[in-house]
Amino acid sequence: MSYATQKLAEEKVFKDPVHRYIHVRDQVIWDLIGAKEFQRLRRIKQLGTTYLVFHGAEHSRFNHSLGVYEIVRRIVDDSFSGRPEWDDSERLVVLCAALLHDLGHGPFSHAFENVFGLDHEYFTQQIIVGDTDVNEILKRVSEDFPQRVADVIGKTYPNKQVVSLISSQIDADRMDYLQRDAYFTGVSYGQFDMERILRVMRPREDQVVIKSSGMHAVEDYIMSRYQMYWQVYFHPVSRSAEVVLTKILHRAKALSEMGYDFEQQPTHFRGFFDGTYTLDEYLALDEGVLLTYFQLWIKEKDPILSDLSNRFVNRKLFQYIEFDLAKDYMKMKELELLFKKAGIDPEYYLVFDSSSDLPYDFYRPGEEGERIPIHLLKPNGEIRELSRESEIVEAITGKRRTDHKLYFPEDFLTKDGKKKALKKQILDLLK
Amino acid sequence: MIEEHAKIVQFIGAADGITGRKKLQKMVYIAKKLQYPYKEKYEFHFYGPYSEELTLRVEELCNMGFLQEERQDKGSYVQYKYQMTDAGEHFTQMAQVPEATRDLVACIDQMKNKSSRFLELVSTLLYFDYLPKEEQIEKLHVVKGKLNFTKEEIDEAFTFVMNLMNERAIQ
Repeated sequence: MSYATQKLAEEKVFKDPVHRYIHVRDQVIWDLIGAKEFQRLRRIKQLGTTYLVFHGAEHSRFNHSLGVYEIVRRIVDDSFSGRPEWDDSERLVVLCAALLHDLGHGPFSHAFENVFGLDHEYFTQQIIVGDTDVNEILKRVSEDFPQRVADVIGKTYPNKQVVSLISSQIDADRMDYLQRDAYFTGVSYGQFDMERILRVMRPREDQVVIKSSGMHAVEDYIMSRYQMYWQVYFHPVSRSAEVVLTKILHRAKALSEMGYDFEQQPTHFRGFFDGTYTLDEYLALDEGVLLTYFQLWIKEKDPILSDLSNRFVNRKLFQYIEFDLAKDYMKMKELELLFKKAGIDPEYYLVFDSSSDLPYDFYRPGEEGERIPIHLLKPNGEIRELSRESEIVEAITGKRRTDHKLYFPEDFLTKDGKKKALKKQILDLLK
Repeated sequence: MIEEHAKIVQFIGAADGITGRKKLQKMVYIAKKLQYPYKEKYEFHFYGPYSEELTLRVEELCNMGFLQEERQDKGSYVQYKYQMTDAGEHFTQMAQVPEATRDLVACIDQMKNKSSRFLELVSTLLYFDYLPKEEQIEKLHVVKGKLNFTKEEIDEAFTFVMNLMNERAIQ
């Protein structure tokens, strides 16, 4: 028996709060789960800084990756298997891609990537094709297998059906994270009937479509996505934590470039500060490492690095106001000047943040040739875009999808001290 | 953050309006690959490199009144046209974004005069620019098999990129 088809003597199961059980029969999948690069995902939270708002949101990318694998396993083994439009020889590559799709995420990855100009998808590819345990396992299937898995995740795989299971507007990735994030944050919005959706998914040339009888389950999925974005993912306090985190990393990088003598040398960050990082250095980072530095940097002499680190570790986050850039961008300039006069560096303490800076999107039908929408399969074989059939979806696809905030340290402005009049002037502007 | 918004307004202003979301996506991507300073993150989608960040940013700019979106019903599909507004022009000035250089304006102008199919071809080739040329073309046929790009089109795409690079003075 080849490694590709080798099964475990007994099925292994992981208890899971979202899918109840995650089933593993394939030796390859079992070996990948045990690889050190995959185990690292236990130390990277799925929702980054959201745990500072929803205290239950401590779940990891490890949990989520297993969940995505399980959903895809159910689709290919239960819904697609035996259907003429599905090529069962793609089963293993899509399972591996589902399991490994988030492998390249770094600690607090959104902020980390923004500051250092990185891309987790690039690292996912590098871990899969590079000199790693994961690569060694995948190569046992065949020499070209790591590249095939990487191509599915990179969306450049020839079989688009396979790609769309992992990455489309109704894919296993989203179906898992919506339910999982809802479960761990404790909100009730992320619920939808996934079993129903899986039952009505059908493979078609180049895509996966949904039987129109399942439209209401899909509507529920779109609604839960819409609500999760506003209630959880765009939560202003969680964004405040991310703003502070981003500014810590910016400050540490700036200090390093200025030749500042750190009491706690940022050894793990050097390669990222000067762009000389290696894959091993990237893999050595996790959220434990970052939080340790933040804890130690509270004691640094640099007042900005010390203050920002303290804010993050002890959850003394920035205050925020709604900020209409169209109306108020002159005010922004004025505030920058006043902050400088007050001795508060606006580079670190006055931050405009918009929803386009966040890694989440809404359902959109899109323009011809832009991106694949969700398609419904009618009983007569006709394929129709979801929002043309569903009034509910049509109603929310046209709604406002953007949100802007201005973040600042209110405590700096309200505490007693010098320049009272100036600080009052700033506070008046921020009202 | 504001600067990134302003750069997109400036880009569309320099083009004197852009018709088609796909065209806008590919134009910004190609400019980014030519090392013009756009920060929007791109991934590969069914129609080539695509940036969700850019989509959202453009939506925001329309909501703010810095860009105007015009919806054009083409029968079987909808097309959108984007133009910089007076408020948008004022915004780019206030945001103190450096003026678009002559080579950037020339680059935008050349891209604008090409079809979105051609820009899809160019941006897809650029997405695989880490590969040797033969493998780049092979990959193009794998991911864009249905579009049946001809050898002439591919040659034209490479020449187009080379010319843009020469004008930008990068290799």
